[in-house]
Amino acid sequence: MKSWLTTTDHKRIGLLYFWTAFVFFLLGGIEALVIRLQLAQPSGHVVSAETYNQLFTMHGTTMVFLALMPLSASFFNYIVPLQIGARDVAFPRLNAFSYWVFLLGGLFLNASWFVGPLFKAGMLNVAPDGGWFGYANLTERQFSPGPNIDFWLLGLQILGISSLAAGFNFIVTILNLRAPGLKLMRLPVFTWMTLVTQFLIITAFPVITVGLVFLMFDRFFGAHFYVHGAGATPLLWQHLFWLFGHPEVYILILPAMGIVSEVLPTFARKPLFGYTVVVYSGILIGFMGWGVWSHHMFAVGLGPIADSVFAATTMLIAVPTGVKIFNWIATLWGGDIRGTTALHFAVGFIAMFIIGGLSGVSHASPPADLQQTDTYYVVAHIHYVLFGGTIMGLFAGIYYWWPKMTGRLLSEPLGKWHFWLQFIGMNVAFFPMHFIGLLGMPRRIYTYSPDLGVSDLNLVSTVGAFLIAVSLLVFIANLWRTRSRGETASNDPWGGATLEWSIPSPPPVYNFSVIPTITSRLPRWRTELHAPMQDPPATPPGPIHVPGGSWWPMVAAFGLPLMALAPLTHTLWLAFVGAGVLIVGIYGWAFEPFEV
Amino acid sequence: MTHAAHAPTAHYTSMGLDSRKMAFWAFIGSECLLFGSLISTYLVYKGRSVVGPYPHDILNIPFTSVSTFDLLMSSLMMVLALAAVQRGDMKWGKIWLFSTALLGLVFLGGQVIEFTEFVHKGLTMSTNLFGCTFFVLTGTHGAHVAVGVLWLLTLWVRALQGRLGPANAMTVEITGLYWHFVDVVWIIIFTVVYLIQ
Amino acid sequence: MADTEVREHAHPTVDVYLRVAAALVILTVLEVGVFYVPAFHGVLVPVLLVLSAAKFALVIMFYMHLKADNKFFTFLFGAPLLLAVGVMVALLFLFYGALTLRGAAGAG
Ligand code: HEM
Ligand SMILES: [Cu+2]
Repeated sequence: MKSWLTTTDHKRIGLLYFWTAFVFFLLGGIEALVIRLQLAQPSGHVVSAETYNQLFTMHGTTMVFLALMPLSASFFNYIVPLQIGARDVAFPRLNAFSYWVFLLGGLFLNASWFVGPLFKAGMLNVAPDGGWFGYANLTERQFSPGPNIDFWLLGLQILGISSLAAGFNFIVTILNLRAPGLKLMRLPVFTWMTLVTQFLIITAFPVITVGLVFLMFDRFFGAHFYVHGAGATPLLWQHLFWLFGHPEVYILILPAMGIVSEVLPTFARKPLFGYTVVVYSGILIGFMGWGVWSHHMFAVGLGPIADSVFAATTMLIAVPTGVKIFNWIATLWGGDIRGTTALHFAVGFIAMFIIGGLSGVSHASPPADLQQTDTYYVVAHIHYVLFGGTIMGLFAGIYYWWPKMTGRLLSEPLGKWHFWLQFIGMNVAFFPMHFIGLLGMPRRIYTYSPDLGVSDLNLVSTVGAFLIAVSLLVFIANLWRTRSRGETASNDPWGGATLEWSIPSPPPVYNFSVIPTITSRLPRWRTELHAPMQDPPATPPGPIHVPGGSWWPMVAAFGLPLMALAPLTHTLWLAFVGAGVLIVGIYGWAFEPFEV
Repeated sequence: MTHAAHAPTAHYTSMGLDSRKMAFWAFIGSECLLFGSLISTYLVYKGRSVVGPYPHDILNIPFTSVSTFDLLMSSLMMVLALAAVQRGDMKWGKIWLFSTALLGLVFLGGQVIEFTEFVHKGLTMSTNLFGCTFFVLTGTHGAHVAVGVLWLLTLWVRALQGRLGPANAMTVEITGLYWHFVDVVWIIIFTVVYLIQ
Repeated sequence: MADTEVREHAHPTVDVYLRVAAALVILTVLEVGVFYVPAFHGVLVPVLLVLSAAKFALVIMFYMHLKADNKFFTFLFGAPLLLAVGVMVALLFLFYGALTLRGAAGAG
């Protein structure tokens, strides 16, 4: 127990990220099921309008910040150091800090479900209810007097610190801790996409932090950043949010793209087609992702020039995305294909992501978008890219790397059941939403009239959501079964080309008994020019220094939610206590003897 | 580029660069976006306040020029501190570290005086948009200065205890990076907020 | 080889630091001076921007050593800086541009 609380081992932190994020993922899923129950028929009465608002807000916020980002982070943590031949990340304690801040931030946000009585309201009454993009000026105190939005804006600020800290850590890790000979253009694509993602994180998160700080000052200290009457404009929030928000969607998809780029070559037994192009398109997507944000604001009326510019950049960004899709398909072409579950998910990713990309391009055009924006059509789009894309990609990664992370292979037959149920379920759930939207049903409305003519489609969609739930039960059963009865994994159950497969599953604390020297992009495969590398010996030739644990990252992390409680409860001294805890944590951390 | 062997850290690194310094530059890059967003907001809201006081009513250029000068000089003290620590001259290292922190404190004091005066003249965060954007922008900067002062004083105490020497030159260099960055942010704020009214 | 080593590790000398400080002070005096001279009012904004950019560059290059240090640090700092400037220019355009367009199109 203590060794887990104080751990600085990237592998353990990766597992902590996985399990925490998975629990949040299930929570977000349950919220989605209640939403779908409410919408299963017109004029539904499962929940009230107020509860419904909290459900969709917390669903979106949870899935983005507490499930998908940290599930990706679990692979950054576990896999990236192994792929670059390192013994740990560059700053192991900072890594632990990121995890604890994430956990506490997630708990802080979700505490809002239960603490209503402390604010003289019922349970299930004070959770955030302004949508995951929390548009001002709905979020101002005048229109949202309760503590709901406070939980949201404070929780997101805490979570931002976690992501930022991890961002610096992984940038340095990937650039500076590579094994000898592992040049940048020999990095596995997953590691490359991780690197691009971290650059997006460290540049995009400060922007939303500023937006949230403004909101905080408006709500607590009577500032007017988004108050129209004072000469301000709520549009500022939209700009700041989407300046962050669009890079954020790439933060969510690039890691999954990286995973797929690892899984496809392994199971097609062919190097990735056009490695260089895939890497450069990833970088290009990262850059261009900064120039499209106003496509979320076409309905605002930014004027013909702004609309045209952002429509053009949005259509352009589909090009590098499309390039990647062709590269993946070409990787499969003529390959010696093994239809493992991981490959099923990877191919499912490609197919679903194409549909999501197409609907994306269809609202890149402002006149078309005016028909689609704020309707279920956009909900269909985001679920094809985030569920069909990111989640499918993450599951490909889970089936692929689970044996490395735990030493046991997940069951393939159960995996296939999981895949097909989820694949069918998601299409049944989300495809009808295209029609529901075009027929005129707005998003974020707790009910609809039978006259709208979308009742049947909504029922179908709800059935699909429950199919997805069943598929996840199958997955959980698979995890459970694998704990004791899963086949034990060798170093390399799949015949992978990258370094993580050269060491035992799960790897020893020190990862590599001897740090390998890399001479090719596919070190473990025979290529025209290179023989496969020799795997590191099973026992290290000499003692290896492994950093010990530390309590200080966790101590420091506790300071943040304490500080956040201060405005929430209007208790000034809590701010000082929180800051004090943070400072004590940082000093303890800085001055304790700790050698990486 | 084969200088890996001369790198200041004992560890092998693939780029031959110090990891902490690299992380810190990435952090400074990230801070560019933080202050970039704050300054952008100040600019897009410029001239949109519906009631006074307006910038030209209360900004005190002579006073702030002195603060600016003070911060610039603190940057000079900082590089002198680094140079002293690097050549192992801890006597001057201590003096310059302390003077840097002291000038930082003077700057903060100036800011406290300025803010108090503004409040007396009727400008608070809730008065108008100028108040909102001004206090949050300069306040965020001030908070950075405060962190820097704390950090410098910590180094100074370590030096007094004899636990800071040329072996820790990288720590001092990184502190300097932070301090100078805070200084360049002020260079921009001074121009954008105070001089271009 | 010895050459590289000098370039990598020798930070500017105290002499350079002092001269940069002198330049910074002169530039600040100029800034404040320009602010008070009525003749400059027409070109105040560009002049001030150039002067502060010069100060910015001096501190970055000499006090933060980017001029002599590894170019990768320049990238780590410069890329986000350019991004921030780009965002700022875009936002200014979006806010002020929209105002003028709306103005040109008449009330509404
Ligand atoms: C071909 C690439 C893509 C294009 C052209 C595109 C375009 C768009 C456009 C124009 C919107 C605004 C729709 C509206 O609100 O009216 C939008 C919304 C959205 N997109 Fe995409 N998109 C693409 C890929 C992606 C990817 C890869 C993701 C994430 C993995 C993503 C996630 C989202 C999300 C979450 C929203 C909705 C935000 C909200 O309003 O809540 N998109 N997309
Ligand atoms: Cu977007």
